Amino acid sequence: MLEVKNLQKSYEKDRPALTDISFDIKPGTFVAIIGPSGAGKTTILRSLNQLIKDDDGQILLDGNDIRTANKTQLRKYRRQIGMVFQNYNLVERLTVIENVLHGRLGYKSTLAGVFGRYTQEEKEEAMSLLKKVGLEKFALKRCSELSGGQKQRVGIARSLIQHPKVILCDEPIASLDPASAQNVMELLKDLTEEYNLICIANLHQINMAKKYADQIIGIRKGRLVFDESADLLSEDILRTLYDQDITKELE
Amino acid sequence: MMQSPKKYLAHKGWHQTAVIALIGGIYVFGSWALNFNSVDGFIAVPKAFAWLGIYFRPTAHSMEYLPKIWQKLIQTVLLAISSTVVAAIVSIFVALLGSKVTGINSFVQTIVRGVASFFRNIPLVAWSMILLFSFKQSDFTGFLALLLMSIGYLIRAFMEIIEDEASETMLALKATGASYFQVIFQAVLPQILPSILSWILYMIENNVRDATLVGILTGTGIGFIFDIYYKSFRFDAAGMTVLAIIIVVIALETISNQIRRVIL
Repeated sequence: MLEVKNLQKSYEKDRPALTDISFDIKPGTFVAIIGPSGAGKTTILRSLNQLIKDDDGQILLDGNDIRTANKTQLRKYRRQIGMVFQNYNLVERLTVIENVLHGRLGYKSTLAGVFGRYTQEEKEEAMSLLKKVGLEKFALKRCSELSGGQKQRVGIARSLIQHPKVILCDEPIASLDPASAQNVMELLKDLTEEYNLICIANLHQINMAKKYADQIIGIRKGRLVFDESADLLSEDILRTLYDQDITKELE
Repeated sequence: MMQSPKKYLAHKGWHQTAVIALIGGIYVFGSWALNFNSVDGFIAVPKAFAWLGIYFRPTAHSMEYLPKIWQKLIQTVLLAISSTVVAAIVSIFVALLGSKVTGINSFVQTIVRGVASFFRNIPLVAWSMILLFSFKQSDFTGFLALLLMSIGYLIRAFMEIIEDEASETMLALKATGASYFQVIFQAVLPQILPSILSWILYMIENNVRDATLVGILTGTGIGFIFDIYYKSFRFDAAGMTVLAIIIVVIALETISNQIRRVIL
């Protein structure tokens, strides 16, 4: 269970980026956060693993507050929270399997991590996860040789090997062609059910959010304006969210 | 107030004409003030090259100097390579401390930037002359001068590479719960390695040229031998030396371009 309570953040004084954001997400739920550019979607997502330090509020993961954790505790929370990025953020020069294994670093001693020494079980798990995302044949290829959709699936495998409770996806399909985007969304949806994950994705594509998400959170100017199950998203709400008619997106 | 586009462009045209006229005017005035005859000046250029062609042309006789030149040239190339490699090792650690994404804090970042710019902005000749007092005329003086200069350049270059190329992957690994050193060794260093090597190769090429100049001052290597030949009016041997330097620099450039093609 992930509970966010009264989250506040401002980058400049008197110009709040987030005001009083609260929501709950149960395991096994795929959540889409939608809203105009600059509304604060990325800020919310990055506060959830404290890549951005928010100003006030509570972020409870199974009842423990991530915000008050010290450095060592934060590392332990972060390894339970996978993250998938718009630009994949892989180490392009390394092989696919090395990038997947990076997801284990949070569990390793500093020295073992620095030299990239992984156990047999970790390597086997990396291979089985690559199989799951359909890339077992690419294990020894450099990431720079992959297509965008393939890179994103490597990114997803990297987050899964963390054994996460939560996966945060920051615009996971914004750089992908429609077919790859469909592919990645389906994968995320399936994994959410299979591993009973909390999967939170920032999306610009409202039709995708409607199609795949169980729960939709709407953000406008740093405030929460919608937090319901996906089928309750209406034209009226989209109009308030984006300040204009975009009904054809719903079709 | 908004200008019309037509007016704006016409205005800009006048502006350019005025600037060109001003530069021309300064040239004419300068020539007059210095008593400089433009026509004679231009005619003298081919003459000067003709003189160089006659006196600096290596002859069959100057082949005798080749073994000596070759020995000194190797010495100079090794000096350039060693100073660059040591500089690169020092610079990568300092750059990690000082870059905006991997750095410790803004105080250290400012210090690193300051030190790098200090080393960079003192001319190489000045470094050599200053170091001459402490280390006398030796290879080590040349090594130190090249080292300090290279450190100044490489710290700056490496910091920019880290900031441009490593920040995104760094963020991803930080998010997995990886510790600082794990992030540096697993994400930052592998990611920036090609660009770093490319800069090191460039710096070696550059340092071979600079080592020649430093050699004149510190009395070592190819620069020294050129100085001797030149000052003893053995112009053909001096010409031979220059030719040898050019060939080695071109060879080095070709090799490093090949290496770049493989690693990038």
